[in-house]
Amino acid sequence: MSESMELLEVRKVSKHYKNFSLEDIDFVLPKGYIMGYVGQNGAGKSTTLNLITNLCKCSEGEIYVDGVTCSKDAVRYKECIGYIGEEFYYPDNFTVRSIRGILQNFYSSFSVEKFDGMLREWKLSEKMKVKDFSRGMKVKLMFASVLARDTKLLVLDEATNGLDPVVRLDVLKLLQEYIADGERSVIFSTHILSDLEQIADYIYFIHEGRKILYDSKDEMLENYLLVKGERRALSGQLERELIGIIDNAYGFEAVLPSDRADLLTNAFQFEKPTIDEIVIHYIKQIETERKGHRVL
Amino acid sequence: MRIIISNQSELPIYAQIREQLKEQILNGQIPEGSTLPSIRQLAKEIGVSVITTTRAYSDLEAEGFIATMQGKGSVVLSKDNSMLQEQYLLRIEEGLTTAIETARVMGMPDHELTGIFQNLLCEKE
Repeated sequence: MSESMELLEVRKVSKHYKNFSLEDIDFVLPKGYIMGYVGQNGAGKSTTLNLITNLCKCSEGEIYVDGVTCSKDAVRYKECIGYIGEEFYYPDNFTVRSIRGILQNFYSSFSVEKFDGMLREWKLSEKMKVKDFSRGMKVKLMFASVLARDTKLLVLDEATNGLDPVVRLDVLKLLQEYIADGERSVIFSTHILSDLEQIADYIYFIHEGRKILYDSKDEMLENYLLVKGERRALSGQLERELIGIIDNAYGFEAVLPSDRADLLTNAFQFEKPTIDEIVIHYIKQIETERKGHRVL
Repeated sequence: MRIIISNQSELPIYAQIREQLKEQILNGQIPEGSTLPSIRQLAKEIGVSVITTTRAYSDLEAEGFIATMQGKGSVVLSKDNSMLQEQYLLRIEEGLTTAIETARVMGMPDHELTGIFQNLLCEKE
């Protein structure tokens, strides 16, 4: 057993494709915590998660799960990880029973009792074919498959997409139970962070394959204000500090680092942002700067 | 113990938890010597991150409301410790300052204000 406090270490990882590069991704996720990996579609979220699950290999850098790299001990590395993606990965004509048989042969730590217990709790009949499952039932079956094993790290790639609010709440509770003993961790990617924002401890935000922000969620939320007001009330100094100004016909919205709140007058309204709002304005800022450079 | 998280609140979530626990410790609803739920239990129960509840507890610890002991959890300290006394004093001063300011706004002479204060004290007895 490893004595380290970190469950997942991603060390200076890059991955180069013909048309896309993931550059210098570097973070740690301690045991017992949840990380939200956020960004737009195509930002490199799935690429990163696929590197973590060793579905593809890093061009540079190294990834440790519970202290081992996949090249050092592939079996242990993979047995540690439970993965759930956006796509349902079981063939349509399979029944729950046949899936159980496969999992039992595949994973040494698979517990039939745990699996059956979850099926009963979620009312998934083992005789049903999975093609007759709703999206919520499919996600629950994937969770049962993964949680019936003795894993250390859950990797969720857009797994909560398309879930109704009730099932989503069930998933939130599952994830919190998973990390409750302080030994296991979760990393999830999503482009609709509001789904899972409330339970995330850390946020890693990437755009076009590069890190934009990485911090604890609470720090990130405290570091910014969402500012609204009229464009003509903006001083030059305030305008330079604002991140990602988005205009509409009657006013603007932007985020401001909280330590520059002294620049705000009562001509402006400000409030706590959500992570989604911080992300939107950062991306807007990057786009605006790029346009500016082109003009120059 | 009661904790209600509001998304509309100006306060960040850790501060909401801290303030609500503080309130209930000060007014005795959470008695001294009682053990608070663990950081992880509380996070799971109210559906917030572990870092959020950790921050709330460490603030309460720094202000002298609770002590966290390895293996024993977080215990509500007795009200006669000096840091808590200070908190009480602060609250009394805050309340009285509000009363004084209100009296000044309406131009009430100080002896009338102290009169009200005396009367209220008598009523409470």
